[in-house]
Amino acid sequence: MARTTSSDAQALFHSLRSAYTSTPTSLKIIDLYVCFAVFTAIIQVVYMAVVGSFPFNSFLSGVLSCVGTAVLAVCLRIQVNKENKEFKDLAPERAFADFVLCNLVLHLVIMNFLG
Amino acid sequence: MADGESSREATARTLRNAFGNVFSFFILLLIGILAFSIRLFSVIKYESVIHEFDPYFNYRVTQFLTKNGIYDFWNWFDDRTWYPLGRVIGGTVYPGLTLTAGTLWWLLNSLNIPLSVETVCVFTAPIFSAFASWATYLLTKEVKGTGAGLTAAVLLAMVPSYISRSVAGSYDNEAVAIFALIFTFYLYIKTLNTGSLFYATLNALAYFYMVCSWGGYTFIINLIPMHVLLCIVTGRYSSRLYIAYAPLVVLGTLLAALVPVVGFNAVMTSEHFASFLVFIIIHVVALVYHVKGNLSPRMFKVAVTLVVSVGLVVCCAMIAVLIALVASSPTKGWSGRSLSLLDPTYASKYIPIIASVSEHQPPTWPSYFMDINVLAFLVPAGIIACFLPLSDASSFVVLYIVTAVYFSGVMVRLMLVFAPAACIMSGIALSEAFNVLTRSIKFQLPGSSGISQSGDTSMNTEGEQNDIAKTEKMDETAKERPSKKNKRKEKEPVVKASIRSRIERRLLVLPLEASVIAIILLVLLGAFYVKVACKVDAALNVHALLTSTLEKSSRVGRWKLVHCVWAAAEAYSAPSIVLTTYSREGGLHVFDDFREAYAWLSHNTEVDDKVASWWDYGYQTTAMANRTVIVDNNTWNNTHIATVGTAMSSPEKAAWEIFNSLDVKYVLVVFGGLVGYPSDDINKFLWMVRIGGGVFPHIKEPDYLRDGQYRIDSQATPTMLNCLMYKLSYYRFVETDGKAFDRVRQTEIGKKYFKLTHFEEKASSTSSPKRSGTGKRNPWH
Repeated sequence: MARTTSSDAQALFHSLRSAYTSTPTSLKIIDLYVCFAVFTAIIQVVYMAVVGSFPFNSFLSGVLSCVGTAVLAVCLRIQVNKENKEFKDLAPERAFADFVLCNLVLHLVIMNFLG
Repeated sequence: MADGESSREATARTLRNAFGNVFSFFILLLIGILAFSIRLFSVIKYESVIHEFDPYFNYRVTQFLTKNGIYDFWNWFDDRTWYPLGRVIGGTVYPGLTLTAGTLWWLLNSLNIPLSVETVCVFTAPIFSAFASWATYLLTKEVKGTGAGLTAAVLLAMVPSYISRSVAGSYDNEAVAIFALIFTFYLYIKTLNTGSLFYATLNALAYFYMVCSWGGYTFIINLIPMHVLLCIVTGRYSSRLYIAYAPLVVLGTLLAALVPVVGFNAVMTSEHFASFLVFIIIHVVALVYHVKGNLSPRMFKVAVTLVVSVGLVVCCAMIAVLIALVASSPTKGWSGRSLSLLDPTYASKYIPIIASVSEHQPPTWPSYFMDINVLAFLVPAGIIACFLPLSDASSFVVLYIVTAVYFSGVMVRLMLVFAPAACIMSGIALSEAFNVLTRSIKFQLPGSSGISQSGDTSMNTEGEQNDIAKTEKMDETAKERPSKKNKRKEKEPVVKASIRSRIERRLLVLPLEASVIAIILLVLLGAFYVKVACKVDAALNVHALLTSTLEKSSRVGRWKLVHCVWAAAEAYSAPSIVLTTYSREGGLHVFDDFREAYAWLSHNTEVDDKVASWWDYGYQTTAMANRTVIVDNNTWNNTHIATVGTAMSSPEKAAWEIFNSLDVKYVLVVFGGLVGYPSDDINKFLWMVRIGGGVFPHIKEPDYLRDGQYRIDSQATPTMLNCLMYKLSYYRFVETDGKAFDRVRQTEIGKKYFKLTHFEEKASSTSSPKRSGTGKRNPWH
């Protein structure tokens, strides 16, 4: 039983990896960016847990800035993904412009909120 | 030849579409004008004056804003209210309305249009109701097409429930908030339909405006997660849903935290937790869908078993932590008003101050018919229409109306949230009905292009024309194709689809006679309604107004309009600061006692004098008389209100001591027993006793009741007859008619001749037969 599970898991990882290698480089870069943002958010949460959340607005804006960029990057990834049939007629340039606009608003708000 | 014909048809269709667009634009313009002008009755009948209680506070804040600028506004500490505590206005007020009106005023002034702040404030609500009906058009158009959108917009422009909160002069948060609410929903649906980040950004900004303007924003931040969850559970997840929801939560939370009155509540209170929970869920679901797309089904099964076993453990831990966090806060993290929404008995049990406000109480059945009228009957039809076929957008509208019905059943005030939903549903229902009927006529009379009927349903021409065009085309293709082609339909999926849809359409077609009769019936019903209503309204002289307004309206809306116009003109336009009654001979009496009383206060008292009154009149006293008050309509300090309530229900000496300790020089009492004005202080008195008794236990409600009945005649209890409120209200009342007959309570009062020992009558309104402002002065001060 345990053996089949582990072999299954191995096969799973294998197929996951082979599926991922076929994704285009631009998407991989976005993935890296998302991972980086999430990682930064986690570091901040850990810091908050250890040191305390005193300037709460700073903590909040820091974490939400990371989460926000990650979410927006995921949205961008969804939109520029060629395999996604829902966004066929959306030009990647347009998607990127929307992404930049949304990021601008997000960080304007965050700068305001850091206070 | 077939090509030429089809291209000709195509140009004809584009022409028709262009014509339809221009036409619907003009209809929208007219709807805007209708929405604006139907709300002006109060200005026409009375004058350009601000209504009610809260609007006076908003007006005062707007004045401060326009005079001192935005930075002083944020830091404003108001020392003229809640004496001796004061109140931080900048941090405790929803600034949306004030900033909107302030910006409008500033814009107009910089264009050299010198309007006073008051005028701008009075007309803010009608302007925004026009915006709201346009937003309704956009929202319904996203859900069910242009025809439904236009119908819904007309209905919203005239729905009595919304008129009641947005007549000219009712300068309150709801006036702009309903627009913001509908517009936020529209942008959410738009994002959901297009999957564009641009609209997601706009959606977050609209949500920000909503948070700025009204506490009801929690409705949005709970409804949208509910819809997302519904979509996920019913297997309708799409990446568009992710784009519509995830950025909204992050941006929306940050933007909400920017508003001082919300602040950290945006992440600390349970009202917002649902959105975070769904935020996590949607990420998990998105990941699952992503992985599923990359794996073979067998591998996916393996992955699921692996993840589920690990995930369950993590989930349990998370939920445990969450519950522990929520349970550790005293009110379980929910604010009182929200709790009374979930548990309707909560407020009456624990917080009399919330229960005492009439708009926080559950509505009665008649108020549903008064407020949304025939829409109540159309809503179920609209819901059914939304299920044919069910899309993401229409499921959202269905969810919206279901939750709104529940909330409106809990609190009268939330009828306002329910009204737009009802309008959208009825708009959909009406336009679908007309679509079916006219289409079936069209289908059977292919030659004559629905002359009378399409003219009749001017609201629906748009969507209808598209339909007609489609049906015509299908009809022709069907004729062109010989029947043998049907055998080959497997090979031609396009043909198959068109034929199938034709069959489906034919199933929907009603017999010609039936549909003609149905349309005529609908129109006749409208006309009949007008007649009956006109008879009723003739006495009220609304007839003349009606005929002029009617021409603007569509035939569909006519039967409803009469009620709405009547409601707008009669029921909701009264500013409550100026009162009118009809005398027995049919003449009109105008009582301006409130303003008279406030004017007396501002002219005859010192600038720094403190005026005590029940909290209802606090805002008006500070705004109109410019005197410091003890409590006002922002009921943030229950103890302070209870102190005033205790003073009002104590005997004279004890009351004098309380008022003396608060530096009070004048007490304002509103008494309507002489003219029959029912919402006076004697009728509110039991709430004073209850609220006072909630903090000071020596005030006991049974002391004021004889056998559980509240009475002020000779059967009344001695405590009642000796309390300050009774004495101030009925002092020298017997001198008016010799019998001391109270026209509100319909009885003679219990104790007619008495002297005031610690207070002294300073002024009562005398010009008219009603004593409203009784400024009583403490003689020993």
